[in-house]
Amino acid sequence: MMAYLLRRLRDAIPILLGVNLLTFTLFFVVNTPDDMAHMHLGAKHVTPQAVAQWKTEHGYDLPLFYNSAHTDIDSVTDTIFFNKSLRMFALDFGAADDGRDIANEIKTRAGPSLAIAVPVFILGLLVNISFALMMVFFRHTYLDGLGVVLAVVLMSISGLFYIIAGQFFIAKLWHWLPISGFATGIDAWRFVLLPVLISVVGGIGSGTRWYRSIFLAEIGKDYVRTARAKGLSESRILFRHVLQNGMIPILTGAVVVLPLLFMGSLLTESFFGIPGLGSYVIDAIQAQDFAIVRAMVFIGAVLYLVGLWLTDIAYSWADPRVRLS
Amino acid sequence: MSVLSVEQLHTRLGKLHLVDGVSLHINAGETFALLGESGCGKSMTALSIMRLLPEVAHISSGQVMLQGEDILQLPESAMRKVRGGKIGMIFQEPMTSLNPVLTVGEQITETLRRHTDTPTKTHHQQAADLLSAVGIPDAVRRLGDYPFQLSGGMKQRVMIAMTLAGNPEVLIADEPTTALDVTIQAQVLRLLREIQQQRGMAMLLITHDLGVVSEMAHQVGVMYAGELVEVAPRDAFFTQPAHPYSQKLFAALPQRNLNKLANITGSVPALDTVFVGCRFASRCDSAFALCHERPPEWTTLGQGHRARCHLLAQAQSVTVTLTPALNTVAAIGSEAVLVVDDLRVHYPLKRVWLSSHTPMLKAVDGVSFSLHGAETLALVGESGCGKTTIGKAILQLQHATAGRVLLDGVDLAALTPRALRQQRAYMQMIFQDPYSSLNPHLRVQVILTEGMQALGMKVDMADLRYLLAQVGLPDDALTRYPHEFSGGQRQRIAIARALAVRPKLIICDEPTSALDVSVQAQIINLLKDLQIKLKVSYLFITHNLPVADYLAHRIAVMYLGRIVEIGRNDEIMQHAAHPYTLALLAAVPSLTRGQGDVRLLSNEIASAAHPPTGCHFHPRCPQAMAICRQQYPRMTQISPTHFVHCHLLSPQ
Amino acid sequence: MMPVVLWTDALIYLLVISMALMLYFQPADGQLREALRRLYQNKMGIITGWILLMFTLLALLDSLHYRPVLPDSPTPQYSIEVMSALDAVLQPLRAHNEKTYSAPLAQHLYVKENVTLANGLVVRDYPRLNIAQTPQPEVSVLLLRGTSWGMAAILLIWLVMRLFHVRHTMGAGSWVLIIVLLGTMLLISLAGHYHILGTDKVGQDVLYSTLKSIRTGLLIGTLTTLIMLPFAVLMGISAGYFGGWLDDVIQYIYTTLNAIPSVLLIAAAVLMMQVYIETHPALFDSSAARTDFRLLFLCIIIGVTNWTGLCRLLRGETLKLRELDYVQAARAFAVSDMRIMLRHILPNLFHLILISVVMDFSGLVLAEAVLSYVGVGVDPAMQSWGNMINAARLEMAREPVVWWPLVAAFSFMFTLVLAANLFADSVRDAFDPKGHA
Repeated sequence: MMAYLLRRLRDAIPILLGVNLLTFTLFFVVNTPDDMAHMHLGAKHVTPQAVAQWKTEHGYDLPLFYNSAHTDIDSVTDTIFFNKSLRMFALDFGAADDGRDIANEIKTRAGPSLAIAVPVFILGLLVNISFALMMVFFRHTYLDGLGVVLAVVLMSISGLFYIIAGQFFIAKLWHWLPISGFATGIDAWRFVLLPVLISVVGGIGSGTRWYRSIFLAEIGKDYVRTARAKGLSESRILFRHVLQNGMIPILTGAVVVLPLLFMGSLLTESFFGIPGLGSYVIDAIQAQDFAIVRAMVFIGAVLYLVGLWLTDIAYSWADPRVRLS
Repeated sequence: MSVLSVEQLHTRLGKLHLVDGVSLHINAGETFALLGESGCGKSMTALSIMRLLPEVAHISSGQVMLQGEDILQLPESAMRKVRGGKIGMIFQEPMTSLNPVLTVGEQITETLRRHTDTPTKTHHQQAADLLSAVGIPDAVRRLGDYPFQLSGGMKQRVMIAMTLAGNPEVLIADEPTTALDVTIQAQVLRLLREIQQQRGMAMLLITHDLGVVSEMAHQVGVMYAGELVEVAPRDAFFTQPAHPYSQKLFAALPQRNLNKLANITGSVPALDTVFVGCRFASRCDSAFALCHERPPEWTTLGQGHRARCHLLAQAQSVTVTLTPALNTVAAIGSEAVLVVDDLRVHYPLKRVWLSSHTPMLKAVDGVSFSLHGAETLALVGESGCGKTTIGKAILQLQHATAGRVLLDGVDLAALTPRALRQQRAYMQMIFQDPYSSLNPHLRVQVILTEGMQALGMKVDMADLRYLLAQVGLPDDALTRYPHEFSGGQRQRIAIARALAVRPKLIICDEPTSALDVSVQAQIINLLKDLQIKLKVSYLFITHNLPVADYLAHRIAVMYLGRIVEIGRNDEIMQHAAHPYTLALLAAVPSLTRGQGDVRLLSNEIASAAHPPTGCHFHPRCPQAMAICRQQYPRMTQISPTHFVHCHLLSPQ
Repeated sequence: MMPVVLWTDALIYLLVISMALMLYFQPADGQLREALRRLYQNKMGIITGWILLMFTLLALLDSLHYRPVLPDSPTPQYSIEVMSALDAVLQPLRAHNEKTYSAPLAQHLYVKENVTLANGLVVRDYPRLNIAQTPQPEVSVLLLRGTSWGMAAILLIWLVMRLFHVRHTMGAGSWVLIIVLLGTMLLISLAGHYHILGTDKVGQDVLYSTLKSIRTGLLIGTLTTLIMLPFAVLMGISAGYFGGWLDDVIQYIYTTLNAIPSVLLIAAAVLMMQVYIETHPALFDSSAARTDFRLLFLCIIIGVTNWTGLCRLLRGETLKLRELDYVQAARAFAVSDMRIMLRHILPNLFHLILISVVMDFSGLVLAEAVLSYVGVGVDPAMQSWGNMINAARLEMAREPVVWWPLVAAFSFMFTLVLAANLFADSVRDAFDPKGHA
């Protein structure tokens, strides 16, 4: 197990380095710190002094990779690459443009993000699997046909529409729930309910369709014929044999996104005013705060790799063929 | 009184007549073998009886009487009690027919729970007893195993145990041993026979293999194009098959057959054909006008022996005319075309990072032989013995770990890529599966000329037509695509492709094992004729001893990456020395031996990844001695052409 | 007038031409022809195919750009504004710009203004729309008129076909055409007198904006996959075919790209591009060129985040194909690797590539709207459904609510995406009949 963990870690490092190098190139090589300073200061205030001052304030007044002013180890560490990119491996993200500590901000915002993302994940999985199983149970009937058409229609509707329509009718017109905002503690449910509902409904179309095709593929397999030849009832075949086999791809597919739940959802959080990481990202993009974007890219990559790792574990847990060999 | 009787069963799929008026009767304790080639409707008959047809197919008329009750009329819920309870079924593919994520025990107790009234507490013990009954050692522990942990033969035993759990009165076995190796097939067939006798079950056995029929059946039904053409008691069928199709099937079988194998020209008609006369008429040598006008009725020939044939109705006997084998056997050249010297192919089992010790799979482990001009050497062995890897390594499609391959004295591994390119014209390959060996997107002409162009040969249309004529295909085949041809015709295209570059050596990798018996005979005859005409040498890789015997001059028997015995075909077939060769020969279902008992190998084939110490074969060998466990036997010469690796035959 | 060829125009026409060539010179290979035949027999495939074709025609018209001649100048001078053929066709919709919002088919503006009456009195009232200055016929009259024009057109087509003995059976496609023809006639008859879908905040006709947005949606949906397609195909196939270190490198590349959350990668790249555009204004001679560059760049960057899935799929399939007997046979003939890949591997992956391109389309059209909302979509000056939704969603809080720009954008987008999804299903069924249940 230890060896496995170490191997995973070893595989992850080059990928994180690659991610880092890529973002570094985007942010510091394609456009120099001078360009950024110009943009941030706006056309009116561009004087060489202002640019230099902006760079110093934000720590961009260093060479990119190699600082010839130093001779010791500092020649490598006192550079933009080291300070802005490599330090992220130690989860040191520095400060945002508004001066706030990014790591601290991320810590406080992860909670609200999870409050939305976790219920959406669990509820969505349950709802989609149930609908898919129902459609498979009634396969070759009009009910299944209707379900398929409905799923395609639902997945053809823009996610923005679900949110805007949901907010308009449920919150604005009928006043069932608050339109946006967030509270901590037990009161949170009033603010969480609507975004969760809307996100789940928005995901039903594609989710159901996907799971249905997984179950249908399983139902065509030989072992299902064997189960029928044993005289088992259709519902037992579906719930014992097909569900259990179908859950392997479903679970492993779902587990990848599990760590990314921390990142929250961009649209939902921003529309409902949830102070999570999703809205943090949107605000950062709109304010062109590159430090935050860089930090979130790095965290996203780490979480993705954790997701791959969890997928491996889930696979070996769910599939005896992997678990025991 | 028959336990199961089927009357005038018709099954349709759209326009297709999958089963067309089949009637059969099976008594308790009796085996009815349904014999036929692929697509003749035998499996569909079985699935119709179980009412397990694919959702698009349906039974249009007929009766299936089980102990006097028509089960086609039962509501689905009552039918579920019949399935697994009164009728059990075993399928062809043990690999996919068991649920991969449930343990063996769960899958057996599920049937027990469904079909017996015994308390649930006892089910575990009952399941273990069932496993013991089907010959699985250490049954209690095996209950916790998942199917993937068992070998193919073991899985089929589990399938049988699962079927027995419902205590059925009728057992339907659909090609139960087709996917298994011949030594394992013999074990499973014996098990089925014993169980049937113990329990007095009626068995419907579906097979394409005359040998299996001979060993298992009491009654035989021959199916062709959706209908039964002959029904007979076993002995009558094997002494005097009546229908021309049945006779041809026998004549097409290479079983120490001295005659040329009978060609059944053409292939099985499409299922949507509307038949006017006899369904076999277009392929029948004895067909006359009436055969094309009116479908023949049943003619009774003896006690329980009936056939549908106009000739028989007119009290004429049918005899298939056989051509004696050509005497002009190609003279074997004196020079060795191919010399394989201590060839080894080892794969790393998994990539271990920064580790010097990688476990290796020794697929081929020190194989040496030579092959002369116009000679055929058959490489015989069960799955996983490395025979296909040898073929690929000779062609340099697979990197050899060690050893030499000399083609006409040239060491192929030592050549530069450019020099190897020139040698490629001299050696070619024919593959097992005629469907995956031809690119579906290319016309036959492109398929044939691709190699010639790659090797810088001139392409001449006249040559191509001659090539097609040689393998028995019409000229217009050139502009067509592979999917327009049947399996046998595709194999002919593959042969033509190999011949196009005029090779001296063709490696035939199981070229007939995916084909029906009648088509197999066509291909074998073709290969034999071509050898006589073109003086080409074959390395014929096969698991089928009778085919090897018929076609080859010499036979090499392989076990776990090594040749254990090599000799002339008569030396191997009649005077085999190695216990493994003897066991292989004994395991081949025989038409003549009948249902007598022979000594079978008890164990499973070991894995090449972890070969046993000493002689690889010792765990399965009935005559194993102490030394066999310690030391691999050296080669012993029995005759100038006959060599064997076995301690029993070592001089000391 | 002076023709202007934008980058995306060139690419979209290149795409259309190559598709036409591909269909014309298709290898008489049974499989593609068979698949097209199956597609043609699928009613859903036909209907959605025609709908998509209509959208495509509008987008193609909108991709013929030119700069019109300025009317009142002695020497020929060209307007700085770049127009398209579609703008010329939709001139009636552009003719009457209002001040601000007006509801669909309204005669008055949506907000009150100081209106000077005929008697000189100034009152606060809803002013009459510019389009309603000339006497407006009743909507019902116009509908009737449009319907009769449509009927006449259909009759005419039918007569012409009879005259030339064109044999034709009414299929699903014909019905789609008839409905489209009728709809067009209705629009034509209404458009001169009413804003059918109302006007937006700056008084522009909403129908015009939605129609102009079609090009943006289609471009994002197609160019994105097609720009990266050669890379995905080349890298996927060579990783699977050659294996070894090349495989390791390619796998590393796509795992690394996959590891970055795509919205963030797109955001980062687009932000950087904005900086680049702002610091190099000299490179873009017109605003059309700038928005076009931004659109193309967006396609490329979404493509970069999107190609890894296809690459991985192709790599896996190539791994399987590589072991097939006919590839082994070709190797036994010393056929070169390049030729094996082109002749034996690529044609057998073709259906997967096609299916993946078609399946990706609808997702990309939807993504455009989301990216525009986040602020990293197409240029704000560009007509797109995302920009329309983004601009209109704030008005949902208004009393009474301004709903029509949103509804117009969502329903056009929905029609396109639904048609694309259903068409994708038909394509998949046609090309891969056994591939799924």
